[in-house]
Amino acid sequence: MRGSIRREVRIACPADKVWTLVGDAVRIPDWFPGIVDAVVDGDTRTITTGSGMQLPEQFIADPLQRRFQYRITGMKEHVSTLDVIDLGDDTCLVIYSVDADPNTMALVIGGAAGNALEHLRTLMET
Amino acid sequence: MGRKILFVTTDQQRYDTLGCNGGTVARTPVVDALAAAGIRYERAVPQSVVCMPSRSTILTGQHPSTHGVWMNGVPLPASAPSVADVLHDAGYRTALIGKAHFEPFLDPFLRFPENALARSGVTPPGGTHRGFEYLEMATHTSVGPMHYAQWLMKEHPETVGMFYNVLDNALQVNADGGGESGAPQVKVNEIPREWYHTDWVADRTIAWLDSLDTDVDWFCWMSFPDPHHPWDPPQSEMGRIDWRDVPLPAGYPERADERESLLDDKPRHWRMWYDGELVSNYEAPAHWVPATMTAEQVREVNARNAVECELIDEALGRVLGAIESRGWTGDTDVIFTTDHGELQGDFGLLFKGPYHVDALMRLPLIWRPAPSATVTPSVVSQPVGLVDLAPTFCAIAGVAATDWMQGDALPVTTGAGDAVLTEWDSELFGVDVHVRTITRDQWVLSAYTRGTVHDGSEGELYDLSLDPLQRKNLWSDPARAALRDDLLAELWDKQPPPRVPRLQLEAPV
Repeated sequence: MRGSIRREVRIACPADKVWTLVGDAVRIPDWFPGIVDAVVDGDTRTITTGSGMQLPEQFIADPLQRRFQYRITGMKEHVSTLDVIDLGDDTCLVIYSVDADPNTMALVIGGAAGNALEHLRTLMET
Repeated sequence: MGRKILFVTTDQQRYDTLGCNGGTVARTPVVDALAAAGIRYERAVPQSVVCMPSRSTILTGQHPSTHGVWMNGVPLPASAPSVADVLHDAGYRTALIGKAHFEPFLDPFLRFPENALARSGVTPPGGTHRGFEYLEMATHTSVGPMHYAQWLMKEHPETVGMFYNVLDNALQVNADGGGESGAPQVKVNEIPREWYHTDWVADRTIAWLDSLDTDVDWFCWMSFPDPHHPWDPPQSEMGRIDWRDVPLPAGYPERADERESLLDDKPRHWRMWYDGELVSNYEAPAHWVPATMTAEQVREVNARNAVECELIDEALGRVLGAIESRGWTGDTDVIFTTDHGELQGDFGLLFKGPYHVDALMRLPLIWRPAPSATVTPSVVSQPVGLVDLAPTFCAIAGVAATDWMQGDALPVTTGAGDAVLTEWDSELFGVDVHVRTITRDQWVLSAYTRGTVHDGSEGELYDLSLDPLQRKNLWSDPARAALRDDLLAELWDKQPPPRVPRLQLEAPV
């Protein structure tokens, strides 16, 4: 069964500055608690979680739209989308959407992503 | 030197599984003896009928709305108030051994402190976690980050695959059946008894107690994962009870048409779950249809549950023996309870969910005060809540209850009681259910507020004295309209203050 989870956060920081961090695939351990390592090779990335689990991913980073999308290739179905939207007042909205089958993985990833967005806000606003 | 506190919880245990409460399947002489020497509560009510909110209530002394853990998968913030903190600050040595579950288990990112702690040791960085200076944790399975699973993997790796797989390949709660009847969440487990988590929890509790100096005061929360499903106790112990001889529970109508008639008299989600049209609780297998359950499966589940209750009773006996050998018995209070009940066949259902009837709402609660306190043994009939435990621990320790605790110290005699509240909220993948319940005197009333299943008009009202099986819903009975409205007024008037901002659901369980 498929499931979708969406988390978002408004950050008092220009969109371009936030995108510099979240749009760089290899830097995800810097702002996503629970991801301890990332290895990037072309459009593939392998992340290592805090429990030692390795997840291979394929990703697309679009700097014009400030959109980062990836899918965990070992899962039946998964795509996560990270959008950084300029709100025009030196703040931005960061939206993390997860669609996955099984739906429990959408909640596991989405829950961690919500926590990561809060961490990202702290990082960018201090 | 003050009174020491052994706080014993089980997980998902019904009131009627204890001999002292009239149970006839499991033999529980240790708890029965505690009841005979102490106080037995006949109407102990949880503030939530699922694990994380209920356990958070025990720890914080607050209702779920206030501590904020509104459903399983919502983590209790590490900064939440804790009665263990109060006791630790008062000089108590503190430990939690067994199942904690204040934070989600399904955590591949290992971002929740209790899961991370289990990888790093038994003493938290900073000295305490939630007031506990020592945590050695277990859950129902042989996999995952908890200490028990790590120990099993290291010391007895050949046994890891003997347990039931709690989750299926889609990470849903497993519906696979086993045993001789094919009942869900049942498996023949060949693990030797001494390596099963019940005995492990007792062993680790005894080891911690043995590490203490004789003259210290201590608070030990010994938390058994059983008899929560899966029902996979050591097969070596299954000879105690022949499941074919286990009587069907009084709450299980054997005829399907009788079950369906009873369910149709209740709010719509009862029948919807029975027919497989709705699952509103993640911990119930998503692909299991209760209407398919057979009487034989009810018997086997009850037999396995009873064996697990017997093992807990025996493990508790060993711990009490260790306390006696240290010369502590006279100054040790023992409180035994659980976080919520189990449907266990009632109305043709298993597991738990938004169903506020005795199967889930009437809990075993025994308090054997320290013999040095010379409290007269008694039976307390009025409703009390798990929210009352935190102030009770404070009273035992001789420290004042804090202003953030919402309950009162447990009474030691029968008298006029206050109403007790229970709540349910679940919102997951488009299914939202919200229930508020009040238990007052012999009445229990549940109001279903608007969600994706209910339109806000439905409810339940039962007379526990005349209808102990809650078969006759009086919600729409004109003769009870005034009583219903009075209970509703008190229910809404007494709602606890909500936590702001609301905490987010972060994992399935």
